[in-house]
Amino acid sequence: MSLMAFMGVIGFAVARLRNLFGVVMLTGIFSLTGAVLYVVLDAVDVAFTEAAVGAGIATVLMLGTLALTTSEEKPASDNKPLLSLLLVTVTGAVLIYGTLDMPYYGEATAPINNHVAPRYLEESGREIGLPNVVTSVLASYRGYDTLGETFVIFTAACGVLLIIGRPQRGRRRARRDANWDIEHGIRKNVILRVVSKLLLPLILLFALYVQWHGDFGPGGGFQAGVIFASAFILYAIIFDVDLARAVIGPKVTRFFLALGVTLYAGTGTACLLFGSNFLDYSILLDEQTRGQHLGITLVEFGVGMTVAAAMVTIFFTFASQER
Amino acid sequence: MEFPGLFNYWIVVVLMMTGFYIVIAHNNLVKKIVGLNIFQVSVFVFYISMAKVEGGTAPILAEGIAQYSNPLPHVLILTAIVVGVATTALGLALVVRIRDAYGTVEDDEIEAQENDL
Amino acid sequence: MEFVLDVASWVLIVVGSVMLVIGGIGVVRLPDMFARMHGAGIIDTMGAGSILIGMTFQAGFTIVTVKLLLIFVFIMFTSPTTTHALARAALGGGVRPWVDQPPEDDDAGDGGASSKT
Repeated sequence: MSLMAFMGVIGFAVARLRNLFGVVMLTGIFSLTGAVLYVVLDAVDVAFTEAAVGAGIATVLMLGTLALTTSEEKPASDNKPLLSLLLVTVTGAVLIYGTLDMPYYGEATAPINNHVAPRYLEESGREIGLPNVVTSVLASYRGYDTLGETFVIFTAACGVLLIIGRPQRGRRRARRDANWDIEHGIRKNVILRVVSKLLLPLILLFALYVQWHGDFGPGGGFQAGVIFASAFILYAIIFDVDLARAVIGPKVTRFFLALGVTLYAGTGTACLLFGSNFLDYSILLDEQTRGQHLGITLVEFGVGMTVAAAMVTIFFTFASQER
Repeated sequence: MEFPGLFNYWIVVVLMMTGFYIVIAHNNLVKKIVGLNIFQVSVFVFYISMAKVEGGTAPILAEGIAQYSNPLPHVLILTAIVVGVATTALGLALVVRIRDAYGTVEDDEIEAQENDL
Repeated sequence: MEFVLDVASWVLIVVGSVMLVIGGIGVVRLPDMFARMHGAGIIDTMGAGSILIGMTFQAGFTIVTVKLLLIFVFIMFTSPTTTHALARAALGGGVRPWVDQPPEDDDAGDGGASSKT
């Protein structure tokens, strides 16, 4: 409860703060506090994703936007705050009135816990055979939804490419060669270079571990994709963006972006071709649980590829802009 | 009407209204996107706090555990988080583009430029 | 033996929590930005380290201990590096440490933003 109150405090601070850099940092802390809250509320998969995504990628992207739009702190000026406050208070009061007959926190007899969820918890051991119920619900019982979400991530990456993919008139790519970086930039920093070189293979290894271990513990495709992308983002930040772009060029990222969703939809279509429903993995192999395992592994891998490629694409599109 | 039983919903409403206020009252576009993020997180907290069952544990099947928390909202929120960051990225890309086109990210200045045309 | 392990982990976790509080107070109350980073360093090494070691006593000789020790090693690697990067970026941005006697050859006056707040 106190964690939630803490989050409310941070929310107020974000509203009151004018320095945009501080606002972005507070948002990172807000996401991390949310992740801790989710662990306390038994949502370990969600906490993992929130920590990786909210405190990692979102903060990096917002900082990139700040670097591109406002070169210094720009205060936000409020006009007509009274009308907004009134509107907000009225809406808040109506919402609180609406929550008055909701079920109490933690009740096992609440309607949300009593229709489909017990069926998933009881039957997934027999039908799918994976310990992590969240993964089996995500990839198998509700696999169609996850296919749609993967397409949304794909579309967002395409959208970012379309909107700021080509630097506009008035922006040039500054030609900075490696010597300038070694003299002045962050590349001159021996400690950062060495430690990041030590950490990069471990980050990639951890991403692969999270990907495949998602069946047995918290993890899965989304988290693994984000962690995989963060390795490349770290490399791009410490070393030059151009160098990182040479390592993982546009062709590679676009290929994997499309390959992930193709793998996911392809697995579903393969199930159709084998004679069963779309995304019904039981038909893929001789035994039902083994077919489900294979199907879940394939689609999670597809999700991981698309998410990683999307995050890398979005970051590099932001980073290739010039001030 | 027990006080502790509904406390989590009230905190969610407070967070939601904070995000809402930031979106409608502040003029800076980046701050509006931050406010949207706060609004999103409040909805996530709403779902996850509804999924918690008293005495339950994380929904990973293991021996000797009688009561699990509800896994279904976890699934919904997991995809919602990643989709949320994707749409935030799209929104930030739009902000960068607006800066290119108008030279500013303050809402009232953009409106003034639009009205001058 | 159980009792000794319990007491040891209790002591370490309490010490770690006290260090966290002290570090937190330091980050807020110390006068200079570079001095505040010392407070952050206490949080990472003494605070998180003690709590992790205390938890390994509770876990015994299982895989959980290996994971906790790995987390400890990674924190020992990454947190001093981030503090270093922060200090380096601050120096590059023009923040100067607050010293009692400014150096004699400071002819350009206060070279950048003062870090004393």
